[in-house]
Amino acid sequence: MARLLIALPALVAVLIGALFLWGLDPDRDPGAIPSVLISQPVPEFDLEPIDGVGVPGLSKADLAGLGKPALVNVFASWCVPCRAEHAVLTRLVEDDGVTLMGLNYKDKPADAAAWLARLGNPYTRIGSDLSGRAGIEWGISGVPETFVVDATGTVIYRQVGAISTADDLAKIKAALAAAGSGDVAS
Amino acid sequence: MKRLLASLSVALALIAGAAPAVEPDEMLADPALEARARDLSTELRCVVCQNENIDSSNAGVARDLRLLVRERLVAGDSDKEVLEYVVARYGDFVLFRPPWKPITYALWLAPALIFLGGAVGIAAALRRRRGRRTEPLTEQELAEIDVLMGHSGKST
Repeated sequence: MARLLIALPALVAVLIGALFLWGLDPDRDPGAIPSVLISQPVPEFDLEPIDGVGVPGLSKADLAGLGKPALVNVFASWCVPCRAEHAVLTRLVEDDGVTLMGLNYKDKPADAAAWLARLGNPYTRIGSDLSGRAGIEWGISGVPETFVVDATGTVIYRQVGAISTADDLAKIKAALAAAGSGDVAS
Repeated sequence: MKRLLASLSVALALIAGAAPAVEPDEMLADPALEARARDLSTELRCVVCQNENIDSSNAGVARDLRLLVRERLVAGDSDKEVLEYVVARYGDFVLFRPPWKPITYALWLAPALIFLGGAVGIAAALRRRRGRRTEPLTEQELAEIDVLMGHSGKST
């Protein structure tokens, strides 16, 4: 018992040290919010297409019945990081054969159409979420956000913010590969 | 006097707490429902600003959630159902008061355990101190003290 008491301060110090090691890890983002959607089916939503873009709208059924994994990207023409991310997404579609779905968040359809006409449209389907209600169903906190959805319509990965670093891209590709998208080399 | 009281209460109302971000067009016509919506809004964390509740946050998502809370209330949801609706989409993170479930046991129990540990430690220390009883001084020792203190019978 006495020996145990002597060891107690050292034990407490080790515990506090372990806590610091975890808490001060530069890779840990204290602002990150765990998503409840991971391993869950895609939420219920059904969105109209954007006029003048020429791709159909997006709903839960479209993702569940796709038969292959897809990226669901939340974007808007007013969102600056989305513009940078657009090039990354286009490369994913053109070079890696990824199926990209768009959720156009709180964007005027005319603005979105003009934005896509200027930059190109890598999206197979785009749902226009004018009210932001579908965004709430997906639990997004801002734009852009990207979800990896597997062939059965289950969300397996969420990226908050633009896919900007090589690390982000590697994680997206790994999630796609895990979802069974054969073409993606990670 | 009346005027003074009135201006004082206005001044106090102005400094009291964070200003709500609720805009007139969001409010419900039914004051009872609106009051419930305001109460619920202070329980919900804004997912953008994180340390602000949606009642006082100006973020777009916070406004959407305020409207959603009101929509659910109008649809006849109980307060609990409204919170569950939001938690189903954003997770426990949006609640300022974490729920009691296995993943939060450590959070809820740690303060009580630390308090208990401290109490046991203090009790043990007190008991040990009480066990160390002091012997009363002997006659000889008392005499020696008298000598040292300078009042040893013989007056100076």
